[in-house]
Amino acid sequence: MERPLTQHIRKDGRPLTLKEYEAVGGYQALRKLLVMTPKEVQTLVKESNLKGRGGAGFSTGLKWSFVPLDAPKPKYLITNADEMEPGTFKDRILLESTPHQLIEGMIIAAYAIQANISYVYLRWAYKTAAQAILTAIDEAATSGYLGKNILGSGYDLEMHLHIGVGRYMCGEETALLNSLEGKRATPRAKPPFPQVSGLFGKPTIVNNVETLCCLPHIINNGADWFKKLSLTGDAGTKIYGVSGKVKRPGAWELPMGVTLRELIEEHAGGMQDGLKFRGALPGGASTDFLVEEHLDVKMDYTSVAAAGSRLGTGTIVVLDDKTCPVGFVENLEHFFAQESCGFCTPCREGLPWVEKILSAIDSGAGKIDDLKLLEHHTKFLGPGNTFCAFAPGAMEPLQSALKYFRDDFEKHIHEHRCPY
Amino acid sequence: MLTVEEIKEIEHAIKLVPYKKAASVEALKVVQEHRRWISDGSLRDVAKFLDMSPEELDSVATFYNMIFRKEVGKHVILVCDSISCWVMGYENLRDQLFSRLGIKFGETTSDGLFTVLPNCCLGTCDCAPALMIDHDLYKNVKADELNDILKKYS
Repeated sequence: MERPLTQHIRKDGRPLTLKEYEAVGGYQALRKLLVMTPKEVQTLVKESNLKGRGGAGFSTGLKWSFVPLDAPKPKYLITNADEMEPGTFKDRILLESTPHQLIEGMIIAAYAIQANISYVYLRWAYKTAAQAILTAIDEAATSGYLGKNILGSGYDLEMHLHIGVGRYMCGEETALLNSLEGKRATPRAKPPFPQVSGLFGKPTIVNNVETLCCLPHIINNGADWFKKLSLTGDAGTKIYGVSGKVKRPGAWELPMGVTLRELIEEHAGGMQDGLKFRGALPGGASTDFLVEEHLDVKMDYTSVAAAGSRLGTGTIVVLDDKTCPVGFVENLEHFFAQESCGFCTPCREGLPWVEKILSAIDSGAGKIDDLKLLEHHTKFLGPGNTFCAFAPGAMEPLQSALKYFRDDFEKHIHEHRCPY
Repeated sequence: MLTVEEIKEIEHAIKLVPYKKAASVEALKVVQEHRRWISDGSLRDVAKFLDMSPEELDSVATFYNMIFRKEVGKHVILVCDSISCWVMGYENLRDQLFSRLGIKFGETTSDGLFTVLPNCCLGTCDCAPALMIDHDLYKNVKADELNDILKKYS
């Protein structure tokens, strides 16, 4: 089984130095890249069927193609390394252990849109990653992989590390741009899309860490090779993770499309003794629950969507039968209520209301009509009623919990207590 | 008054952006790094330096979780309260920490040593529950390890 993104990661996680990265084929893709045209790179990545690994799953090559290549400079390439989706810890591994793989991927993406300035927008909590990236940027610049006239090609790229100051909204790409401009991280209206008017009003691409790390391997091995890594129609490998009360929580790079069952039972070692699987969020806090009937769903974008949820970040949070599903959802909605940027009214007012209702139900003070009120919110905070995707994302675990764990909600209300 | 060192660092941040205001988050980070938190006075000084109104800068400062507009202790303890840590026993860890320190979230110990704050997902969900003290991440934390962890900070 091929694990292109993680095969060279050390057991202790220490980052590969430039020399070590070069010894395993690092920066060979960059040499191939520099004799291609930007359009050829875009076409290759489009053909590889690489989709964004940050959660939205949009075609990377297609996203790039919206950048006007003849636009006046500067153009920007930004790595979204603000990993903050609860339950998600996959980008951390790549950032800490293979910073040069990310830098090479960033050069490829920047070249494909002819950007000359790039940023890594890193989460403040990732201290080890910050050090690894700073060192790697220095090493790459010293060796002529960054800066002016990269390897004599005439192409220039500068790279900076920006460390955020914490807010979930910063992961939304237009909010991230506002944050980089020194503003409140509220989302922007689209259109214009960032590809046309992004950072400081200039064409900008924001890509996720894992997405960018796929690029050197696609350049080296081709689109067909990348597609064949997968078990299904969605290409590549995926770094999946499992947390919760399983025997061996962790993260593994596996072919795209392994089943939820395989992840939980084989890779995570199954549930802890005495516990049963009740459900799981397949890709972070803002995805709909999958339950026992979905254990054989293939974990790719298409199959998880067909099962009524989203692959999201591919890092799974497991709910067991001794953990209260109402409390579980209350914790999620507390997070969303607190992290709402407050820019649009339904999200700012609706999410704290949802949290209060859930808290009342969990403490035994709920009424049966509260369930209708919650259902009302799942629709009125759903897609199309808010400024960005934040509140609709917050409603995904709630609407599916009301569907799959309705008995638990009713039991809390009828017994006036939490039965767990 | 901003110190010479702070001004040097803020000016470096300004060089990397097209206009001064765009360095506002960086400038707040610089001052907080030196003073632990952003007082009203610091806020006014930074705003003046960036040609912003204090109100406009405060709208940025209060938006971000990790810019402290209230005084914090020498060490800030961030306890992850997000879903994986909640499933793995965050509430017990939090309560033990509260009783060990005699404070709750948002409070500082009377000796000024520790401030304890809730924090969103620290991105180490396979090693839950987790907490962070200053730059140090602690994984798979058990309540009976708290004493040994806290002893490291003085």
